[in-house]
Amino acid sequence: MSEFRMPALGADMEDGTLVEWLRAPGDTIHRGDIIAVVETVKGAIEIECFENGILDKIVVSPGATVAVGDVLAQIKEEGRTDVVAPEPRTKPISESPDRAVSILSPSIAAPSLPIAAMSLPPRRISPAARKRAQQLGLDIETVQVGPGGVIGLAEVAAAQHLPQPSTAETPQPVKRGFQPDGMRRAIGAAMARSKREIPHYYVSSTLDLSLFTAWLEDANTKRSTQDRLLYAAPLIKAVAVALRSEPALNGVYVKDNYQPSKNVHVGVATALRGGGLIAPAIHDADTLTPDEAMARLRELIPRVRAGRIRGSEMTDPTITLSILGEGTADSLHPVIYPPQVAIIGCGAMRERPWVVDGAITVRRVMTVTVAGDHRVSDGRSAARFLNRLDKILQEPQQL
Amino acid sequence: MTNDELKELVRKTLFDVAPDLEGEEIISDETFADQFDIDSMDFLNFVIGLHKATGVEIPEKDYAQVATLKTCVAYLESRMKP
Repeated sequence: MSEFRMPALGADMEDGTLVEWLRAPGDTIHRGDIIAVVETVKGAIEIECFENGILDKIVVSPGATVAVGDVLAQIKEEGRTDVVAPEPRTKPISESPDRAVSILSPSIAAPSLPIAAMSLPPRRISPAARKRAQQLGLDIETVQVGPGGVIGLAEVAAAQHLPQPSTAETPQPVKRGFQPDGMRRAIGAAMARSKREIPHYYVSSTLDLSLFTAWLEDANTKRSTQDRLLYAAPLIKAVAVALRSEPALNGVYVKDNYQPSKNVHVGVATALRGGGLIAPAIHDADTLTPDEAMARLRELIPRVRAGRIRGSEMTDPTITLSILGEGTADSLHPVIYPPQVAIIGCGAMRERPWVVDGAITVRRVMTVTVAGDHRVSDGRSAARFLNRLDKILQEPQQL
Repeated sequence: MTNDELKELVRKTLFDVAPDLEGEEIISDETFADQFDIDSMDFLNFVIGLHKATGVEIPEKDYAQVATLKTCVAYLESRMKP
C-alpha cells in the first residue's frame, strides 16, 4: 500500500482544494494517469499518479482543502491483491520514508500524455464583467456561468436581479479558475523567498538574430497559416540544446543540495490576461524539432490560460525561459523560481546598427539575460551558455 | 459580406481566441495587442481563425495591416471575393 499525497505544485503552494476524483476506488491506475483535480490559486491542476496499482481508498473528499503532503488516497500496489497477506521478508517500499517524496519526484517526467477530459467547465471571467460586478457590489463567484463557461457582462446583468445568497448560510463554493489576487500573493511569496535565499547574479549578451529570423520567415512563407512557427518554438529548442552542456544552470536546489538534471525541461513563462504568470514545463525541449516545440506550445498555452494545468508541468521545470515578445522592451532581468537555479529572459527583437566584418550594417538583435544562482554557479557558466546559444542561433537550419 | 458583418466576424474571431475578453468593447483604431494583452500565440490563432472564416490568406508581412479592428476589416474587404 502506498500513499497518494497532495503534491507541492511549485515553491509557492501551501495547500490545495480537492475538486474532483477522476478515478473511483477499485480502478486500475497507471503511472502518468490523471486521477484527481486540485484547485490552487493558479487554477485547476490535474494531478498524475506516478506508479501502477489499484486505487484503494479515497481519504479526502471533494471540496476539502488540505496541506501539501497530506494523504489524499491510498494506492494498492499491483500484484498485491490481499492487504492482509503475510509481510514479505524485505521491507515494503511503502515504509521507506523517501517513498512519498519519490512518488512526486520532479525528475519523473510524463511527456505527451493525452489531455484528460475535464468534466469541470473552467470559469472564465471577462475583465469587464469583473469590473462591473465590483461596481455593483456583486460577488463574482456567485454569478452563473454563461454558455462556453464564460462570465461576461450579460451574466453579471442577469445576476444583478437575483437575490444574493447570504454568505453566513451558504457553504463556500469551490473556486474555479485562477484567482488573480491569490496568484499575485503567491508570486510575491515565491519571489521574496527567491531574493532572500538565492544570491542572484546577472549576465547578458545581445545576439544577432538576423540569420535566425530570415530562416524563420522563409520557412513560414512556405507553410500554410496553421503550420506557421512562432520564433519562441525554435528559440526554446536552441536554449535547451545550449543548456545540455551547462549542468550548473539546469537543475534543482533542494535541502542545501544541488541536483543537476540530465533532462532539460523548460518552464515557459506564460502571462495570464487579468494578471498573473505561470511557467509550465515543456519536457525534454532539447530533443524536440521546432515543429514539435510549436505543437507543444499550441496545446499548452490555451490550456494553461483556461486554468487547466498538470501537476508534472508545475513541478518538473529544470530552468525557466521568459520571452517578453515583440513590441515590449529591450531586456528582462528575471528572478529565479525556486527550486530552480537559473532563469533566462529574452527582450524584444530590435533592428540596430551592428558591426559585421568591420562595417556598420542593420541587424535584428535580441538581448538575452541569464540570472544564475551563486550557490551553484558563477557568471562564467552563464557567459559560456550565451556564447553557445549564439552559435546555435547562427545555424538555424540545424535546429 | 457587409462592413458590419465583417466587423462582427472579426470580433467573434478575436473572442474565440480569447474567450475571457467576451463582451469587451473594441476600440476600432487601437491595436488588439495594446488593448487586450494579445500575444504572438493569440495573434497567430486570430489569423488562422480569419483564414478559416473568410478564406483570406494573411502572410506574416501583412500582420501589421490586420492589427486593429478598422484596418483588419478593410484588409479583408479588399481581398474577399464579392
